[in-house]
Amino acid sequence: MAAKGGGGDLKLLGVWDSPYVNRVQIVLNLKGLSYEYVEEDLLHKSALLLESNPVHKKVPVLIHGGRPIAESQVIVQYLVEVFAGAGGPSVLPTDPYERATARFWAAFVDDKVGSPWHTILFAREAEEKAGAAARIVTALETLEGAFRDCSRGRGYFGGDGIGFVDVVLGSYLGWFKVFEKMVGVRVLDAARTPLLAAWGERLAAAGPAKDVLPDDVDKVIEFLQAFLD
Amino acid sequence: MSSPPVKLIGFFGSPYAFRAQAALCLKGVPYELLLEDLFGTKSDLLLKLNPVHKKVPVLLHGGRAISESLVIAEYIDEAFDGPPLLPTDPYDRAMARFWADFIENKLTKPFFMAHWVEGGARERFEKEGLELLSLLEAQLKGKKFFGGDRPGYLDIAASALGPWSSAIQEVMGVTVVKEDGHPAIVQWAKDYSSHEALKPCIPDREKLLAYFTENLERYKTAVNTMLQQQ
Repeated sequence: MAAKGGGGDLKLLGVWDSPYVNRVQIVLNLKGLSYEYVEEDLLHKSALLLESNPVHKKVPVLIHGGRPIAESQVIVQYLVEVFAGAGGPSVLPTDPYERATARFWAAFVDDKVGSPWHTILFAREAEEKAGAAARIVTALETLEGAFRDCSRGRGYFGGDGIGFVDVVLGSYLGWFKVFEKMVGVRVLDAARTPLLAAWGERLAAAGPAKDVLPDDVDKVIEFLQAFLD
Repeated sequence: MSSPPVKLIGFFGSPYAFRAQAALCLKGVPYELLLEDLFGTKSDLLLKLNPVHKKVPVLLHGGRAISESLVIAEYIDEAFDGPPLLPTDPYDRAMARFWADFIENKLTKPFFMAHWVEGGARERFEKEGLELLSLLEAQLKGKKFFGGDRPGYLDIAASALGPWSSAIQEVMGVTVVKEDGHPAIVQWAKDYSSHEALKPCIPDREKLLAYFTENLERYKTAVNTMLQQQ
């Protein structure tokens, strides 16, 4: 059984406002694992980051016992497998079909929400950003149905406990609020997707997520602007 | 206790559908193949079972429908008894998933654009594609397959780099992957394409060549559209 707490063995390289980093932090919290967090400056990447993720040179990177793992969904699955005995929800179900369903929707989220998220941050034209916001709205409408199917009346995609799709989609929640100010679009709206809107409030307030997800909209916008300049 | 029958909706020529077939063959799971026509009308069954993406492959197993080729491969590994497709060690599993993601999101586009694009633009795709191919090739690390002695999940993910790359290069009259540049990948492609367990599902080369020849204009049009969108 894996040692609880990680034994000082876990290091996470990240940036505070990255959904991809946040989801790893949420899972580490879910599992009650202690870890060293290193805030990277993406304009001056550390030697450790460049050595640990030479292929993509991106965060997050988890370093466990000196061995690096990159790609947020890969990291989450790794943590869930290694620390299965550590307590907290299982994050990924045990049934193969439910696992496949979770993986399917996680892939959908990073494709249909993640891609437009990237566009809103980095595209120059307001039109491109608006188009991207509209694509997120469409994706969330599909995910409303997915939530109904997966949650089966419980509070999360994972049922009673926070699961894989919860952390993957949930990691964008802070940014959804930012987009209201940046693009003037409320992508997650109770009028359109009531189940997801309620889920969003629930997850953002949950212990493992509340100190992780960025909630100061102005701070996020300021930080992004500084990066882009 | 016997498992309900397995069906796979695919179409001939799709490397994504092939990944699902390869997983079934390597795991030793019998299945029935239902063929869609890529450029024809999609069947009602496909539209009903994969309403989100409306794409192949879709695996049907006892009333369950699973989509996305790599999700299907993991499902097959977990739902059936047979030789493991993913490594047992969690770190090795993470590496297999990382490199499968690399193939999907980094390597595939420039690599295959280098096969299809004609004229001046080809050079930059080839340079990028081959550099990325070298990174993947390094993961073989002297093994016969990415999975070790036997093909596994990452080999399945890399399937298009075998028979498809070869067929497209021939039909387009180009050489993208050279033996002296990527000897390990070239050998891997030969070993993978001729592996005993994959014999029932590896596409017949002549048939694959005919498929690309017949659909050449369609592929070229799709590629040009992609180029213009860049």
